[in-house]
Amino acid sequence: MTPRRIVLVAAALGLLTLPYWISGIYYINVASQILFFAIFALGLNVIAGYGGLVSLGHAALFGVSAYAVAYLLQAGFGHIAAIVGALVIGVAAMAIYAGLSLRSTGIGFIMITLALGEIVWGLAYRWISVTNGDNGINVHGRPSPFGLELGSAGAFYYVTLIVFAISVLAVWIFVRSPLGAALMGTRDQPRRMNALGYHVWAIRFWACLFSGLLTSVAGVLFVYYTQFISPQTLALTSSAEVLLMVISGGAGTLLGPIVGAALVVIVKSVVSGFIERWNMLLGAIFVAIVILMPEGLVPGSARLWRLAFGRRRKDGAQA
Amino acid sequence: MTFWLVLTVNSITFGGLLFLLSAGFSLIFGLMRIPNLTHGSLFMLGAYFGATFIGSWRGLTVDFWIAALLAALLVAVFGAVLERFLLLQLPGQQMAQVLVTLGVSFMVADFCLMIWGGDPINVATPPSLAGFVRTSVVVFPLYRLAVIIIAVIIAVALWMLLDRTRLGAMIRAGVDDPDMARVVGIRVSQLFTIVFALGAGLAAFAGIIGAPILSVYPGLDQDMLPLALVVVILGGSGSLLGSFVGSIIVGFIYNFGQALFPELAYFVLFLPMLLVLIVRPQGLFGRFVP
Repeated sequence: MTPRRIVLVAAALGLLTLPYWISGIYYINVASQILFFAIFALGLNVIAGYGGLVSLGHAALFGVSAYAVAYLLQAGFGHIAAIVGALVIGVAAMAIYAGLSLRSTGIGFIMITLALGEIVWGLAYRWISVTNGDNGINVHGRPSPFGLELGSAGAFYYVTLIVFAISVLAVWIFVRSPLGAALMGTRDQPRRMNALGYHVWAIRFWACLFSGLLTSVAGVLFVYYTQFISPQTLALTSSAEVLLMVISGGAGTLLGPIVGAALVVIVKSVVSGFIERWNMLLGAIFVAIVILMPEGLVPGSARLWRLAFGRRRKDGAQA
Repeated sequence: MTFWLVLTVNSITFGGLLFLLSAGFSLIFGLMRIPNLTHGSLFMLGAYFGATFIGSWRGLTVDFWIAALLAALLVAVFGAVLERFLLLQLPGQQMAQVLVTLGVSFMVADFCLMIWGGDPINVATPPSLAGFVRTSVVVFPLYRLAVIIIAVIIAVALWMLLDRTRLGAMIRAGVDDPDMARVVGIRVSQLFTIVFALGAGLAAFAGIIGAPILSVYPGLDQDMLPLALVVVILGGSGSLLGSFVGSIIVGFIYNFGQALFPELAYFVLFLPMLLVLIVRPQGLFGRFVP
C-alpha cells in the first residue's frame, strides 16, 4: 500500500466511526458541517479547479436551493418534493448564471459571478415581502428517510456522510470521464480544444450544471442542518469562504476542497472558541498558504512528502 | 420638486465618492489585471485612520483635511508594501491573487474590529463646511457640495497626470499593452507599485471624505467593494473617463433606487451592469474585455 492509500483508508475509517470516538454532540455537528461544506467546495472545484472558471458568487446558488427548500416546505409540500424541487431550482438557477457568466473567462468571470451573487443576495436581503429579509425563514423538522429520525446529531451526520461519499464518487467519476478530461482541456488550452472540434462553451456549461447540482445538494443539507436560512448565507463573505476552501486545499484536486473545508470550518467554529481574533488567523493562514504552498495544502504537502521521503517518481501530483 | 433636487445632489455626491474609490480600482484592474479585493478594506482603513487622527493630539489640533491626507498617505504606503511583497510575487496567478487579497481583507477587517471596536464612529463635518446652502426651493448641506467639488478637482488632476505627464503616458502604455511597454524600456513593475499605492491612497481618501456622510462601521468594506466593481464593469477597466461616468451612473441608480424601490434597490443597482456585460462586455469606455 502506498502512503497515500493508507491515509485515505484511515480517513474513511475515521469518518465512519467518528461519532464513537468524538465526544460531544457539538463536535459531531462540526463534522457534519465540514462534510456539507466539503460537498459545496467540491461543487465549486468542478468549475474553479478543473475548469479554470473562478466563481465568486457560488454562495448565491447554495442559498437559492436552501431558500427553495424553505419555501416549498412553507407552501405545504412534503420533504421529498421540497428536496427534489430545490435541486431542480438550484440547477436551473445555475443554468441562468452560467448563461450570463460564461460570456467571459478569467477575471471577467470572477467579476460577473461576484455581481450575480450580489444581485441574489440583494434580493434576499431587501425583498422583505418575499424573503422576510434579515429575519430569514425557519424550517421546521428534518425529513425521516425510510423511517429514520434525523433529529439527532449522529443520525444527521451519517446521512450527510452518505451524501458526501456519493458526491466524492460522482466527482471522481466525472474527472475521469471524457467530459472531465475535455473540461481540463478547455482550462489549459481553450483555443486548441476549439480547433480540435470541441464545443468549449457547451463543455463549460455542462460542467457548470454539475457544479450547480453539487452546490444545491450542499444547500439542501445546510438548510436542514441549521433549520434556518437568512441572507447572510448568500453574502459575498460566504462565496469568498467557499472559494478559499477550494484554493487553500488545492484547486483541481479531489481531496483539496475537502481539506480546505475542514480547515475553514474548524477555524471558524472550533478555534474561534479559543482565539478571539480567528478572522485574523484565517486571513494569515490564506496569505501563508499562498507564500509557502501556492498550489494548495494537499498538492503542497504531497510535494513536501516526496521531497522528504520519496523515491524520485515521474508521475506528478495526481491527488 | 425639492425631493428630486435633493436626491439628485445626493446622487452626484455619492457618485463623486465612488469615483475616488473606483478610479484606483479601475487602474489597478486595467494595468495589472489584478482583482484587488482589498479595495473596500483600503477605503475602510482610510476612514478609520482619518477618524482617529482628527481632533487634538498632544496639544496639536489636527484639522480634518490634514487627517485625511495623513490617512491617505499611510494607506498608500500600506498598499505599496502589499503590492511589493505579496502581489508582485504572483503575476498572472488569479487564484493566488484572489486568495491573498481576500486573506488580507479578512485581516484588515479584523484589525479594525480589534482597534476600533464594533460601534459605528460618526465623524463630524469639518467646521468650515458645516453650514448649508439655501436657495429659494431647497437647502443643501454645504459639505455635500464640497465633496462634489473635491471629486471633480481630483478627477481633473488624475486626468492631467495620465494625459499630460511622462508617468501618465507610461501608465497608459502599460494598460494598453504591458508586454510592449516592457519591451520599449518602461519598468512596468515599478509602475505597478506606483499605481497600486496611488489607488490605495485615493480609496483611503474617499473613505475619510465619505465618513461624515456614511460614518465608519465594521462591514463598510463589504458595502463598498461591490459598488466599486459595478462602476468598473460599467465604465470599463483602465479608463478614467469610464470610472467617472460609471460612478455618476451608479450614484444616481443607488440613491434613486433606494428612494423609489427600496425592496429592489440592489437588484436595480446590478441590473445595468448585467446589461452592459451582455451588450458591451468591455464596458462603456473600456478598451479590452477582462
